[in-house]
Amino acid sequence: MASYSTNEFKGGMKLMLDGDPCSIIENEIVKPGKGQAFNRVKLRNLKNGRVLEKTFKSGESLEAADVVELDMQYLYNDGEFYHFMHPESFDQYQADETAVAEAKKWLKDQAMCILTLWNNAPISVTPPNFVELEISETDPGLKGDTSGGGGKPATLETGAVVRVPLFVQIGEIVKVDTRTGEYVSRAKA
Amino acid sequence: MIPSWQPSCSLELIHLRAKLLHEIRSFFYAQNVLEVETPILCQAVGTDPYLEFFSTSQLPDNQDSLYLQTSPEFAMKRLLAANTGSIYQITKAFRKSESGRYHNPEFSMLEWYRLDFNLQQLMDDVELLFSHILPAKFFSEKAQRICYVDVFHQYTGLNALQFERRKYQTAAVRLGFPEAEEVCGDNHTTWLDFLFSHIVQQHLGIAGICMVYEYPACLPSLARLNLENPLVTERVEVFIQGIELGNGYYELTDMQQQKKRFDQEIKLRQKIGAEKVSADERFLAALHSGLPDCSGIAIGLDRILMIISETDKIDDVLAFPIKNA
Repeated sequence: MASYSTNEFKGGMKLMLDGDPCSIIENEIVKPGKGQAFNRVKLRNLKNGRVLEKTFKSGESLEAADVVELDMQYLYNDGEFYHFMHPESFDQYQADETAVAEAKKWLKDQAMCILTLWNNAPISVTPPNFVELEISETDPGLKGDTSGGGGKPATLETGAVVRVPLFVQIGEIVKVDTRTGEYVSRAKA
Repeated sequence: MIPSWQPSCSLELIHLRAKLLHEIRSFFYAQNVLEVETPILCQAVGTDPYLEFFSTSQLPDNQDSLYLQTSPEFAMKRLLAANTGSIYQITKAFRKSESGRYHNPEFSMLEWYRLDFNLQQLMDDVELLFSHILPAKFFSEKAQRICYVDVFHQYTGLNALQFERRKYQTAAVRLGFPEAEEVCGDNHTTWLDFLFSHIVQQHLGIAGICMVYEYPACLPSLARLNLENPLVTERVEVFIQGIELGNGYYELTDMQQQKKRFDQEIKLRQKIGAEKVSADERFLAALHSGLPDCSGIAIGLDRILMIISETDKIDDVLAFPIKNA
């Protein structure tokens, strides 16, 4: 596997650190006067999402991580694994619960999402920023209330619970921002 | 695609830079310090182990490579040895692989030398110049002068002059840098560089100017050793808001000692795999002929502009940083 010198470090680069694949968020040169230079690097552990900071001696090299991000179609969940398919090659991948994590509450059959593969195995799933899902359960709203003030919880077809305005009813399709988990609007028919 | 051709900094910054250069020149003119120019492209270069330089290739007639200067220090000292009296220069210096929020491989430097000044007098001079070029808010408090050993102890609890690996390691872990042990190993100098830059520096010059002096002798420099305590050198660094702005010395004038330091640095360069260089023989010859008693300092002007304009990266004060130079 290739390796990268600290001189090549830049945002988005994927490296191996203590056995885990990481992505560089920020790389700062720290150079005291005429002394030894260091690289202070902020990284995200791609397996657990944790952010860490670490200093390296400038000129040091780190092993590159074989990480790719691919657009994939979500197929189904067999009870243990979540199955995805590449839309062009039709290659299929199965991701476990840990990799899918929070993304699962937004995944609807056939939906597109981003799969992060490390050594060709899925380690994380990123849902699209916006999803449109049907409301499977919510209290009936008050007739005539269109303000949406206050709102009420609604359970979506994937199991996610979001706050929606009072006028939104069961069976309607709503648009949700998956990054914040917030209701955006009713989906246009 | 049309390449981006516009300046990286605002027009205001271009004006601020012109004003700064004008103020510096007026200051030194009024003080009778002579402005000089020395070559940017030189036959020799500094031996500093941790400075990487650019060099030329493919010169006609098999000439030796030339170096883009990492600092105008040697040439200016040759002028001093030729009896110019006190001198200053505003020039470009070049350091390879230094690129980041506070670094551009090509940068503007103000360097000056004052005859018969010791380190404390040099610090007075820095304060006086800064009072001409920096906003008044940096002078609401008296400039701080603190010796390295004290400030190092204040923020790390460690003795900078006495290396005890286990104590250093424990302090690093306690302060949130467990990786320091792996990075620094048993190298005292690297430990000092690591702890100072990661832990101490951010606290320096928060309210105004902070000058740290008497650096441990193990840190490379062209400063003379302190007469009373040879474990420290007559070196000063200037900080504002945690940013290192300059590095100065009560200059070493002893040619034999200088030669020895060059040899040590050349050996160290070899050990750490840095590009091979030879000592600047013309500079040594000038020292041999006699460098007058003097102190000198170099100040990074781009960083001064960052402070004046309250910007947080060097690209914001440069018309054309390296990526669109």
